[in-house]
Amino acid sequence: MPLNSPAPQRVLTTPAILTPPEPFSAGSLLSSRELTPEAVSAILTLATQLETEDPLKRAARLAKRRIALLFYESSTRTRTSFELAAKGLGADTTLVSSLSSSIEKGETLKDTGLTLKALGAEAIILRHPNSGAPWLLERETRLPVLNAGDGMHEHPSQALLDLRAMLAHLRPGETTVTAETLAGVTVAITGDILHSRVARSNMLLLPKLGARVVLCGPKELLPEIAAQAGPGIAFERNFEKALAEAQVVMMLRIQAERLAGLQLDLEEYKSRYQLTEMRLAAFAPKALVMHPGPIIRGLELTGEVADGPQSLILEQVHHGVAIRMALVYRALTAGVGA
Amino acid sequence: MSVILGVILIRGGHLIDPAAQVEGLKDVVLRDGRVAEIAEPGKSSLGKGKAGPDLQIIDAKGLTVAPGLVDIHVHLREPGQGHKETIATGTAAAAAGGFTSVAAMPNTTPTNDTPEITRWMQAPERGASVRVFPIGAATRAIKGDVLNDYAALKSAGAVAVTDDGHPILRDSIMREVLINATRQGLSVIQHAEDTRLTGGCSMNAGSTAFRLGLRGMPQEAEYGLVERDIRLVTELSMNGKGDKNGHRPHLHVAHTSTAQAVAAVRQARRNGLRVTCEVAPHHFLLTEEHVGAYDTNAKMNPPLRSVADRDAMIQGILDGVVDAIATDHAPHATHEKEVEFERAPNGITGLESALGLSLRWLHQEWKLPLSRVLSLLSAQPAALLGLRGRGTLAVGSFADVVVFDPKAEWVFRAKDSRSKSKNTPFDGWTMQGRVRWTISEGRVVYAMPSAV
Repeated sequence: MPLNSPAPQRVLTTPAILTPPEPFSAGSLLSSRELTPEAVSAILTLATQLETEDPLKRAARLAKRRIALLFYESSTRTRTSFELAAKGLGADTTLVSSLSSSIEKGETLKDTGLTLKALGAEAIILRHPNSGAPWLLERETRLPVLNAGDGMHEHPSQALLDLRAMLAHLRPGETTVTAETLAGVTVAITGDILHSRVARSNMLLLPKLGARVVLCGPKELLPEIAAQAGPGIAFERNFEKALAEAQVVMMLRIQAERLAGLQLDLEEYKSRYQLTEMRLAAFAPKALVMHPGPIIRGLELTGEVADGPQSLILEQVHHGVAIRMALVYRALTAGVGA
Repeated sequence: MSVILGVILIRGGHLIDPAAQVEGLKDVVLRDGRVAEIAEPGKSSLGKGKAGPDLQIIDAKGLTVAPGLVDIHVHLREPGQGHKETIATGTAAAAAGGFTSVAAMPNTTPTNDTPEITRWMQAPERGASVRVFPIGAATRAIKGDVLNDYAALKSAGAVAVTDDGHPILRDSIMREVLINATRQGLSVIQHAEDTRLTGGCSMNAGSTAFRLGLRGMPQEAEYGLVERDIRLVTELSMNGKGDKNGHRPHLHVAHTSTAQAVAAVRQARRNGLRVTCEVAPHHFLLTEEHVGAYDTNAKMNPPLRSVADRDAMIQGILDGVVDAIATDHAPHATHEKEVEFERAPNGITGLESALGLSLRWLHQEWKLPLSRVLSLLSAQPAALLGLRGRGTLAVGSFADVVVFDPKAEWVFRAKDSRSKSKNTPFDGWTMQGRVRWTISEGRVVYAMPSAV
């Protein structure tokens, strides 16, 4: 065999990288990535319109239409608010969860989706422990799919409701958004970013509206490559520095169920990254404190901060219903794309 | 051979036989399963020839005639996984892709631990279109604990040993494997993956994996094990003297995918070690970005890597450190791939697209001479596994021939594949060079369906 040294590198043409296909259905929401500022604006406008509409009139909008909630993971906020949202629009909902269905017998996601479609479901709201599952479901059923959280990947409806909660405080009275709406706003997302779908959806969405996102956490939970996920994302290991820059602090739960053997010194973590009243007063006395829930009091933040005057945690939950009404309505009325 | 084979005259083709350093217009006469004559056009003992019951004439005017291709890394799935592929369907796909020799990995059900299974895989009842060279399991049930009987495996026809897919992590076991294989003159093939670093991972570690929310396999999991294996080979090579019979260990690194692994192999060769490596077409063409929206046909192990890694594979092929192109043909049924990305099995088919992709990219685009491309697909892999009489058309060699149209552009369609499975990321890709005939030991095992 010839034993050569490396030849001088030359520039080579290589096969083109195909851009991932858009969702098949215009009514689907799989990722924050696919949202334009115009689309976000339309969703926010619709959310407000539906929220303030006469409940009886609203209930006629999707009267007796069928929507399936397919949940492979537990959920309180997301499931309840999607269900209330669909019912508020008059739709019939059915909940299929992995523990009380044929999923337990080994039925695949594809077959479960096709079964729901055969039963008349016109859209499926999916929560699933595997990243990318909504793409599979949409491809196989060709139904509009709303991603209600897929593995460590995304949770776009959460990012939209976080945005709505944020805007209510930072830009009160503004009814539409543009690529500049959040110019000058820094959002510090702190904690278990590696395993967080909420973090991914927010870091992709907020910069589209002009915000700057600073990711903060220890190296086990925040790899440096995270900052390459999209534009407008910075990276800061020091929590107090991140707090000092932030108008919004978004805290995340340590996802014990996804740590996969990772050993974490929780005392060390708390000493460096727990949001306490003292830290908040010293470094971010005016910042909004957010958390997608469920919160673990005494771990990522103290109970006092969670219940304190800067906390938006329950407001976030409240905004969930309006945003999800808009998404469900959009899913059934946006029409099916090519 | 019990069957009396007729004579085949391949007339007027452009012969490229890199091992014999022959390149030019030649007539090739195949008789009794062997290459009988290589002659100037019209000058063989058959003259211009006259087709008849005892003589088949293949008009190769304007076509390239080359040694049948040799793929040293395929999964034929038998015994035990016939719903994915059988030896009959896998070798039919091989024939359609121009391959006449395939080395079959032992991760079957049961694993190929014994001479009985090794013989079973080669038995005529399997209906193979081309020659199958079984690779034995290095350890019992590829569990990495107890070594198999290499002498028995070799006498039954095994050409190498490996625990492919279940890499041998323990230094002491890998050392024993190398010592015992060397004693039998067998190569050790390692799927280099430190599985302690890749649990739960489904693609390459990096920003794409982060963005997709998938756990990533670090590059280190591959090159770390390659470096460990090279250290063991260094120790056992005894400064080039080898063991008491003068045998030096041969380590072959399967489906190399990281720049650092290629660098390690390069350095080992500079140090005079018998270390070789192969690269699969998907690793010199695709990157992690091709995972796209969770395309399970872009999921394999090792995974598609970064642009820098992919470029290092191309560079390694162009500058000669890579010894062979091997497909890692890994068929899976549609229903097995139609699942969540993280739950999908690893692997893609490759036998019918390897030549077309290699000619399209390595030759046409990156200007690697045709003879070098063919050498990487035949002479070199045959040599590194010691397959005598394969990978060349020197007189007396096996009559293993591929005749292809080097100019033909065509579009590969997975649905037309002869493999039982259709899991390929190259569906719809333009290929260069179309196989017209494949001849295995003097029998035409593939002829391109004539245009309708």
